[in-house]
Amino acid sequence: MQYMFLIYSEERPEGPPPEEIERIMSGHWAVMQDARQKGVLRAVERLKPSSVATTVRTQNGGPVTLDGPFAETKEQLAGYYILECKDLDEAIEWAKRIPSNCKGLEGGIEIRPVADIPQLP
Amino acid sequence: MEAVFRQESGRIIATLIRLARSFDRAEEAMQEAFAAALVAWPEKGIPQNPAAWITAAAHRKLIDRSRRERTRVEKQEALRYESPSAALPEDWTGDDSAMHFPDDRLRLIFTCCHPALNQEGQVALTLRTLGGLTTGEIARAFLLPEPTLAQRLVRAKRKIQEAGIPYEVPPPERLEERLAPVRAVIYLIFNEGYVATAGDQLVRRDLCAEGIRLARVLCDLLAGDSENLGLLALMLLHDSRRDARMRSGALVTLEEQDRSLWDRPQIEEGIYTLRHAMRSGPPGPYQLQAAIAALHAEAATPADTDWAQIGLLYGGLLEFTNTPVIALNQAVAIAMSSGFQEGLKRIDALSASGGLEQYYLLHAARADILRRMGRAREAAAAYRRALELTGNQIEREFLRRRLAEVAAE
Repeated sequence: MQYMFLIYSEERPEGPPPEEIERIMSGHWAVMQDARQKGVLRAVERLKPSSVATTVRTQNGGPVTLDGPFAETKEQLAGYYILECKDLDEAIEWAKRIPSNCKGLEGGIEIRPVADIPQLP
Repeated sequence: MEAVFRQESGRIIATLIRLARSFDRAEEAMQEAFAAALVAWPEKGIPQNPAAWITAAAHRKLIDRSRRERTRVEKQEALRYESPSAALPEDWTGDDSAMHFPDDRLRLIFTCCHPALNQEGQVALTLRTLGGLTTGEIARAFLLPEPTLAQRLVRAKRKIQEAGIPYEVPPPERLEERLAPVRAVIYLIFNEGYVATAGDQLVRRDLCAEGIRLARVLCDLLAGDSENLGLLALMLLHDSRRDARMRSGALVTLEEQDRSLWDRPQIEEGIYTLRHAMRSGPPGPYQLQAAIAALHAEAATPADTDWAQIGLLYGGLLEFTNTPVIALNQAVAIAMSSGFQEGLKRIDALSASGGLEQYYLLHAARADILRRMGRAREAAAAYRRALELTGNQIEREFLRRRLAEVAAE
């Protein structure tokens, strides 16, 4: 079963403090390396901060382009992993290892099971 | 039949869920098997091991169903491999090897109380599957409309299936973290029945019995866990006072209870279980609360209560969970052992700092100490303040009675 790990982090305008950056990166590298070795790493991406996000919304029946993230919440999407896991417990163990303060302040990981896309006819 | 359902359905469903890998299919198969028993047993007599009969019959139905589904998926000729599904294990002789999976119930407890489910869902699912209570019974016990409860069950089961919550006992290194929500659910089930609010008294008593029964199952399956035993001891000791706690619909305080109504054998079992717990492992919050309950249970009269020791135990409890409510209980114990003045001082400090100004029990406790000190006017004011802060009819009745007593002085 594939799970997506959405990393939500509170953003600090100047990014994480320098002494934290190394710890965050080495945390991610360890997860990536381990997942790759076990053959379960399906995808991983790091995202630029929400200050450079653009949202295209449907309003009054048509698409409208807006500055900013989809929702103005305290914590913003900072990146994601997709990993192959046996079950939710295994996914939770991965989530415990993924650093979630990537954009400077505290954060959390949302685990979502990946659903199948119906086949094209 | 109903007795079999009550006592064994948790065990049966646990095994069926493992075999079916689905709560819904397992439930459906079990229902069909009970329906089949309704026909077969009056004719052929009750089998030697009814639970094993039901499990085997339901298992058979599961196999039939998966065969049918496979046939359909493979687009083979429909019904080609279908065995006559009415064929029940009529020749069942009572071999109960299929029943000896104690792990199944343990798996089920951990799945129902998985931290990825919300607590409402955990409680509903635990009572429905392990407790064998009907949706209607659970809804009545929690004073909820039945559709609301049914919705909670559907949501929890869907999450288990869709999110891939495993059906297994967690490995030893994760056992402790996963046991915490299991104990919380069991204690919540018990307390829902124990704390006097409203609702059907009989159903509420059922919930207490169910909480105790589930704790016993947990203690049987994971022998020697000190906090599981502590939880069981705590519930046994609280529940031993059930017949003395209410008198014609009104709450009776511990001090005023007729102690001859306390269930002595159950108190003995509670104390024995607590001793066993304390020998088994490190102390924890459930054992400490059980120890407090044991000291109350052991006092022949209210005056014999070892309040000094109770104060110390609350102090120990504060080290695990530092909440103002526990600090309030400690202050009361100190008032009863070291002097009213000292207790009062602590309560007033809590009122100022602890965020308990709006908590009716703080004012009730304060009023009670003032009453004992003979400061009737101040006690009356505190009872009035407590009355402003609670809507619970049973509590209000008690406070009004006390207020009348001090006002008369």
